[in-house]
Amino acid sequence: MAIFVDQNTKVIVQGLTGGQGRFHGLRNRAYGTQVVGGVTPGKAGQDVEGIPVFDSVEDAVKATGATASFIAVPPKAAPAAILEAARAGIGFVVCITEGVPAQDEARVFATLQRDYPVTRLLGPNCPGIISPGKCNIGITAGEIAQLPSATGPNVGIVSRSGTLTYQALYELKQQGIGVSTCVGIGGDPVPGTSFVDCLAEFQADPETHAIIMIGEIGGSAEEEAAEFITKHVTKPMSAYIAGVTAPAGKKMGHAGAIVSGGKGTAQGKMDALRMAGVKVGLNPTEAGSLMAEIVHSLR
Amino acid sequence: MDLFEYQGKQYFAKYNIPVSAGGVAHTVDEALVEAEKALYPVVVKAQVQVGGRGKAGGIKLANNAEEVRLHAGNILGMDIKGHLVKRVWIEHASDIAEEYYASFTLDRAAKQHLLMLSAQGGVEIEVVAERDPSAIVKLHINPIEGLSLATARQAAVDAKIPVQALDGVADMLVKLYECFTKGDCDLAEINPLILKPTGEVHALDAKVSLDVNASFRHPEWEEYAATEELDAREQLAREKGLQYIGLDGTVGIIANGAGLAMSTLDVVNQVGGSAANFLDIGGGANAELMTAALEVINSDAKVKSILINIFGGITRGEEVAKGIVEAVKRVSLRAPIVIRLDGTNAEEGRKILADAGIPDSQLTSRPTMLEAARAAVALAK
Repeated sequence: MAIFVDQNTKVIVQGLTGGQGRFHGLRNRAYGTQVVGGVTPGKAGQDVEGIPVFDSVEDAVKATGATASFIAVPPKAAPAAILEAARAGIGFVVCITEGVPAQDEARVFATLQRDYPVTRLLGPNCPGIISPGKCNIGITAGEIAQLPSATGPNVGIVSRSGTLTYQALYELKQQGIGVSTCVGIGGDPVPGTSFVDCLAEFQADPETHAIIMIGEIGGSAEEEAAEFITKHVTKPMSAYIAGVTAPAGKKMGHAGAIVSGGKGTAQGKMDALRMAGVKVGLNPTEAGSLMAEIVHSLR
Repeated sequence: MDLFEYQGKQYFAKYNIPVSAGGVAHTVDEALVEAEKALYPVVVKAQVQVGGRGKAGGIKLANNAEEVRLHAGNILGMDIKGHLVKRVWIEHASDIAEEYYASFTLDRAAKQHLLMLSAQGGVEIEVVAERDPSAIVKLHINPIEGLSLATARQAAVDAKIPVQALDGVADMLVKLYECFTKGDCDLAEINPLILKPTGEVHALDAKVSLDVNASFRHPEWEEYAATEELDAREQLAREKGLQYIGLDGTVGIIANGAGLAMSTLDVVNQVGGSAANFLDIGGGANAELMTAALEVINSDAKVKSILINIFGGITRGEEVAKGIVEAVKRVSLRAPIVIRLDGTNAEEGRKILADAGIPDSQLTSRPTMLEAARAAVALAK
């Protein structure tokens, strides 16, 4: 088991003939992901190293039976691409595109909620998802992910930040801890999938025995996660929140990472998570070590 | 991107939101010209992106040219909470019967738009929220349904806006919502939103923050970018296409990825140091980017050591290492570098760094983030 994606997931890449889509799509296939097609309007009939290209998501789904989509198109085109995938019946959409306007994200999210409730969007502006050994959609380097062990315990990872997702994978690999699924939800103001969505899935997944969560300053997603953990998560957790020293009013790279009006501080988030029983590390390594302790106690 | 008041008002005007006639002035002479155009009495307002301008003496009423000369002279060049006043906005003084508050933002938790409306305007909304939370009406708006005039009017009724202002406020809310959505604002706020004795509703102030991700469909935003207040280091970084934020410490930071860069700041702080900046070099970390990043850090006289924290994901360790070696050769650095290189092919990368013939006094390598931070902080002391 894993969450959201596994060895049976069939993926199409929207924007496969573009630079990013081609590079990461081929890497994902090389990892073992079933990349069954690509979509670029006007390029039907072509192929990218054997992967057939279609004019529309609908055509691609009909021909390949794809269940997931990987969107690697520019910000202007991303909202329409997400909705096209949803309309074609794709159940899981990963959008790595950075720089989608917040107003577009809000409209896309509301449209999915109203018209396509079965479609789950991951991102935009996220590194993607990897269920090690089974499926890798997005830009994560598969080599740094430890395979889950058949007997467990295995850890689920959920993170708002790209490179810190890798850092978390790496910390667990150093400790020899298997990963069930690693989800990068992205740091944008309106992410399609939230911490809470992932925590609920990890809680229900029999192959996941503990959860590590990487948050950052800005918004209230970590506080909402803490509330959910208190009520619904029984699996042990460790966490790290980036941006303890970030000055107020300065956006730290992501559209979402900003402390404003005394809200969204790392301290507030750490306190909320500790109250929910999560072991909080002051840096990624410490969060990894705390997870190692948890895993040893489970063995 | 935050707009100055005068830019916010000009932006509002594009969406037919009533604002006072006025103009911006950089000198006393310009202020006099604008005052003649706006007609006396006028208000001289300092243009800085910080609250509390009035209390600091940055907003003055002027009844004639002499008073404009006096006030504009005092306000231009004034320091308000660390912000230098480079320009003033001159507008015709408005008669005020009542002051309200209205704003639209995105509520990230609800993933919907949020209207905040209060009959108690003219003070900071945080103060109202603390003193009397029931005085603020909060209304969520579904982004694909939008805000109707009827809903806006009901919100105004709920906020206890007096009956003579209801239609004006409702109309204003619909226009402000259009400015917020079509205008791609992160925040569109009017405080105070005034009722004039004559019965008209009017925006006396404007606080607008734009979503830079939407720049591609707003070519008109270029003029705003030109007036953005960046320090010299931030200006240089922007020219080089780097994500940089200047801070006050002594350890220069370069990392790949915003999260890792933030985390690097945290770790430096935990081991007793202070970061001179936030710098996200992005995924590539090649020689060109690294050179540009080092040049920006090198321009900061406060920097005593430089911490490079790279996690190789798709970018392999040896490529990163080659980039660093090349960059170190190109830039004549004033401070020593400590590198933590980890991830894909980190071993090979570290070997390249070790074999590059760069003296230890200039560049050392540490295996973990924490050890690298300790070394960099020690060098900065």
